[in-house]
Amino acid sequence: MNKNEYWKENLKLVSILLAIWFAVSFLFGIVLVEELNAIRIGGVGLGFWFAQQGSIYTFLALIFVYAKKMDDLDRKHDVHED
Amino acid sequence: MDLQTLTYTFVGATFALYIGIAFWARASTTGDFYVAGKGVHPVANGMATAADWMSAASFISMAGLIAFNGYGASVFLMGWTGGYVLLALLLAPYLRKFGKFTVPEFIGDRYYSRTARIVAVVCLILASITYVIGQMKGIGVAFSRFLETDYDTGLYFGMGIVFIYSVLGGMKGITYTQIAQYCVLIFAYTVPAIFISLNITGNPIPQLGILSTMAEGSTYMMDKLNLVVSELGFNEYTTQILGSKLNMFAYTLTLMIGTAGLPHVIIRFFTVPKVKDARATAGWALVFIAILYTTAPAVGSMARLNLMNTIQTGPVGEATANLEYEKRPQWFKNWEATGLLKFEDKNGDGRIQYYNDKNKDFAAKAESYGWKGSEMVKVDRDIMVLANPEIAQLPNWVIALVVAGGLAAALSTAAGLLLAIASAISHDLLKGVFKPEITESQELMAGRFAMAGAIALAGYFGLHPPDFAAGTVAIAFGLAAASIFPALMMGIFNKNVNRTGAIAGMVTGIGITMLYVFQHKGVMFIPGTSFLGDMQANWFFGISPNAFGCVGALANFAVAIGVSKMTEAPPEHIQHLVEDIRVPKGATAATDH
Repeated sequence: MNKNEYWKENLKLVSILLAIWFAVSFLFGIVLVEELNAIRIGGVGLGFWFAQQGSIYTFLALIFVYAKKMDDLDRKHDVHED
Repeated sequence: MDLQTLTYTFVGATFALYIGIAFWARASTTGDFYVAGKGVHPVANGMATAADWMSAASFISMAGLIAFNGYGASVFLMGWTGGYVLLALLLAPYLRKFGKFTVPEFIGDRYYSRTARIVAVVCLILASITYVIGQMKGIGVAFSRFLETDYDTGLYFGMGIVFIYSVLGGMKGITYTQIAQYCVLIFAYTVPAIFISLNITGNPIPQLGILSTMAEGSTYMMDKLNLVVSELGFNEYTTQILGSKLNMFAYTLTLMIGTAGLPHVIIRFFTVPKVKDARATAGWALVFIAILYTTAPAVGSMARLNLMNTIQTGPVGEATANLEYEKRPQWFKNWEATGLLKFEDKNGDGRIQYYNDKNKDFAAKAESYGWKGSEMVKVDRDIMVLANPEIAQLPNWVIALVVAGGLAAALSTAAGLLLAIASAISHDLLKGVFKPEITESQELMAGRFAMAGAIALAGYFGLHPPDFAAGTVAIAFGLAAASIFPALMMGIFNKNVNRTGAIAGMVTGIGITMLYVFQHKGVMFIPGTSFLGDMQANWFFGISPNAFGCVGALANFAVAIGVSKMTEAPPEHIQHLVEDIRVPKGATAATDH
């Protein structure tokens, strides 16, 4: 088992997921909201939708992807439990 | 059955259920009291975490804030869900691997310092007490409506119930009760939302209802709402901003970091059997939370639309287009009785004019209609969710259900927080620092006394809360964000942060945040002691006090890393400890010292 390699891969995964976390909430939902609102889905602008709906769905996906990927990573580096 | 009898029946039945479960699973050992043994499945734990998490602020207050702040209230939606990503990715698995009972225990061990542990306890207590004050506001609103009394009486009654409820059980009792509470609260939240969405848009799924057209005609529901509110001088619903965009950014960030720093949520992740489960639990918790959070925008927007249409029954400006006060519906009278809704017939025409009299252009127009200021002189945001089914004229059993759900939400969170306070005082301060020789039963007794004290204190502040329930809770998040989260995160991700750095960081973070909150909201929230005034002109870059926690957190990080660079590196065994918690292998059950 190689703890350093494991930790590095972990950090890389976390950074990618947090970049998406930041994009859907802070960028799409706040900073770029007016620009995105030009695109409409149903009766609301896309920016508004991300701020009140889309970001939450993405957060959910992020956590489950993380749990799955870390599981694989644990096994790959033989640091998993039992 | 009439509404009052139905409400008593629903509330009575659900309470009997919770108290029954609490007795059945009563905690007998300290282990049980704090962390519910080891056998809690991630899905069950996720559900209990969701109940623990979704408080009066989420259930009672948030949709009301959405109703009146529209897009601006997105900060609550993103902030209170996005924090789970941070929690899952940055803290939960590592704290589970560490395997102790409380957050201050981790901080004390990682920073090899009793002082650090005490500082963490103080920060934790400040954040939790503020949080409980927010709950008390929600509990007061729910009970005053339920008992048809004024707000203060409702609050006293609620304090009594919280006392009986949380002092009896411990975590084990709470975990199972909270699963029951989750079911009650989510049912109570979604059922009226489905009804209302169906009424207004014809689409039974609230998440889709807000994207749909009105049931009659081809106008989109949101466009209709924008039109209705702007015709009365209010800001357009889907574009109104909370303060400034920078404020919204800071607010969201503060709530997210705070979520990941609140002890009563973190404590949950000590209870899962494995590190692997800690990651999954965060995901499941968010699934259950997201059901309510994605419904809330529909509840808020549709409540606003119904409220406006109830009062403004026809074209703006026509004399007969405003609701006659004598013909006001029953819900209006009920909420007037609580003092949370107030009407004043300023122009003496016997009709209700509700518009934005702070909008100068529209106020001039209103004057030409013979209106003399908005006559809804008080519409407490926190009543919207409870009043919503009545405004929409839903059947009585739905209204009764919502009251029961609101109480479930407030109680479950208050209990979880009180437990965190109790464990901080009895386990971390008494047993851990000052009186290590006390027995388990003495420790439990001290914990129960701590809870009782916290209830009394929070109830006292609840009489004059610093903000709406959700706003008060946001302040608690700011305090947790500025103190606990950075210390935990650096403890795991930065091996070089040492004792001195961590202590200096926490003190700086919480110090800056509290100073900022107090100078605008009053020292200990006492009205009249806010030396800079609660006005926007004095806000630092336009960031509201509720949103300031992230600035405190940044200061915490900077100070901790800076001070650590200038002082001695952490000892060898701490470096090993950090390396050890970074890998799941070798995790054992949560243990005492």
